[in-house]
Amino acid sequence: MSEDSRSKRHPPWVEALFKGLTKGAGSMILVLLAVMMVVLFYDAWPSIKQFKLGFLVSTSWNPVTHQFGALTTIIGTLVSTALAMLLAVPLAGGVALFLTELSPVVLRPIFSTAIELLAAIPSIIYGMWGLFTLAPLLADHVQPWMTEHLGFIPLFQGPPMGIGMFTAGIVLAIMILPFMASVIRDVFLMTPQVLKESAYGLGATTWEVVWQVVFPYGRRGVVVGLFLGLGRAMGETMAVTFVIGNAHELSWSLFNPANTIASTLANEFTEASDRLYLSALVELGLVLFLITFIVLGLAEWWLKHSAPREKR
Amino acid sequence: MFLPPEVAVKISVRNLNFYYGKVQALFDNSLDIAEKKVTAFIGPSGCGKSTHIRTYNRMYSLYPDHRAEGEVKIDGKNILEDDVDLIDLRTRVGMVFQKPTPFPMSIFDNVAYGIRLKGRFSKSELEGRVEQALKDAALWDEVKENIHTIGTALSGGQQQRLCLARAIAVEPEVILMDEPCSALDPVATYKIEDLIDRLKERFTIIIVTHNMQQAARVSDYTAFFYLGRCVEFGPTDQLFTKPVKKETEDYITGRFG
Repeated sequence: MSEDSRSKRHPPWVEALFKGLTKGAGSMILVLLAVMMVVLFYDAWPSIKQFKLGFLVSTSWNPVTHQFGALTTIIGTLVSTALAMLLAVPLAGGVALFLTELSPVVLRPIFSTAIELLAAIPSIIYGMWGLFTLAPLLADHVQPWMTEHLGFIPLFQGPPMGIGMFTAGIVLAIMILPFMASVIRDVFLMTPQVLKESAYGLGATTWEVVWQVVFPYGRRGVVVGLFLGLGRAMGETMAVTFVIGNAHELSWSLFNPANTIASTLANEFTEASDRLYLSALVELGLVLFLITFIVLGLAEWWLKHSAPREKR
Repeated sequence: MFLPPEVAVKISVRNLNFYYGKVQALFDNSLDIAEKKVTAFIGPSGCGKSTHIRTYNRMYSLYPDHRAEGEVKIDGKNILEDDVDLIDLRTRVGMVFQKPTPFPMSIFDNVAYGIRLKGRFSKSELEGRVEQALKDAALWDEVKENIHTIGTALSGGQQQRLCLARAIAVEPEVILMDEPCSALDPVATYKIEDLIDRLKERFTIIIVTHNMQQAARVSDYTAFFYLGRCVEFGPTDQLFTKPVKKETEDYITGRFG
């Protein structure tokens, strides 16, 4: 090594400082997570002590009689998220596929920018659009039709009010779609061109190349993209609060009003007049926190176990 | 520039011009590729060798602004025409690339990939074909114990033979090799060259290489490319010992390139 390049090295204390800073930034994430957990537990403690595990399986939510149970909101959160994912995942995959493989090259930047703009719209705008535009539309045209033709399935029975689980699922799907589509698009773009050419070179169609080469190559990234969308759908508050109807009732029908953990928190936090009520709401937050944890953990586990192994 | 009438011609190229958008990369290339022989394309970087062979399987058609004009006849049919079934063409004309490109799947699935694209086969037939292709590519003994592990975990030379096996498995008529050894060490290179020698009984092989010794070792015919033109084409021993054109002589004697 020449004298010149040596002199450009930083003195040891600078190296140590920088290392310390990055280490600190990394640890901060864990500290924040731990602190949040502790605070949630602390504030939820009266409710945990009062209802114990029954909180998770009880459907009653009555602030007047001080009966609190989380089951309706847990199911509401899971169902609205599942509905959103069901609608948005195939669409997001299709959009990403179109943007990377099928769309004319001149249109790609236009579509891509449009998708990214959609992802940047604040959620309250989606909520207002859902309430004032989408809900009446669904109530007048879509839901009656579905009840008539698919009414034999309990999911599609019930009054076509426009406000309820069904609308919430659709609004959520529209919200998470651009998010997932742009992540999946980026992942698809990372596939080396020569790998795609190898598959085309063996006589594969575009569909086969995408499904068998591009997708497996970016599988991890695609799953991460989907879970970012999933996380957003589970925690989404304002848009859902606008359109879900906020009823603490369990129902088979997707057309009935329901609620989610996040929408309950948004609606009732200001009304929580006593300590137990407040603490029950905090416990709901804790439950949402844990559900997110479990879902992400399952995703990690699945990724590890479904990958072809490096060595037997 | 053409082959004598007694040699069977697999591919005949006439007045091939190629454009990347507005930039012309090939100028009036004309040559013949002999059936079940090895033809080497040599020339300095950027001379158009790779561009040229990428017309044989219409790989350039993946890119909207790439365009070829002229004639590339395979068994008498001009494959540059619009009505050519590219899927079918590419199962007949296989390709191995400069860098090994195993798919992110197991060794078995890599080789079975092209076979599965062609149709449905019973498990035992599929296994038989995969085993045969791996044997043809001299890789079977090295991987038979762990054929269900991921292909990208192999060494570079093994990966390249895996890609060769994958190409062979489809039973193409022509195999294009675009600098297949440029990322490999001498031992792995030797193995590939040895394979080329054995495989030419069954396939028409075209190899692009910037290694002149390699061209001299493996090929029956050689074409020298320079600045997008096919300067000289002929039997390999003749081109290397008695080149006709001044540019060819300068290149093979190392005066430029």
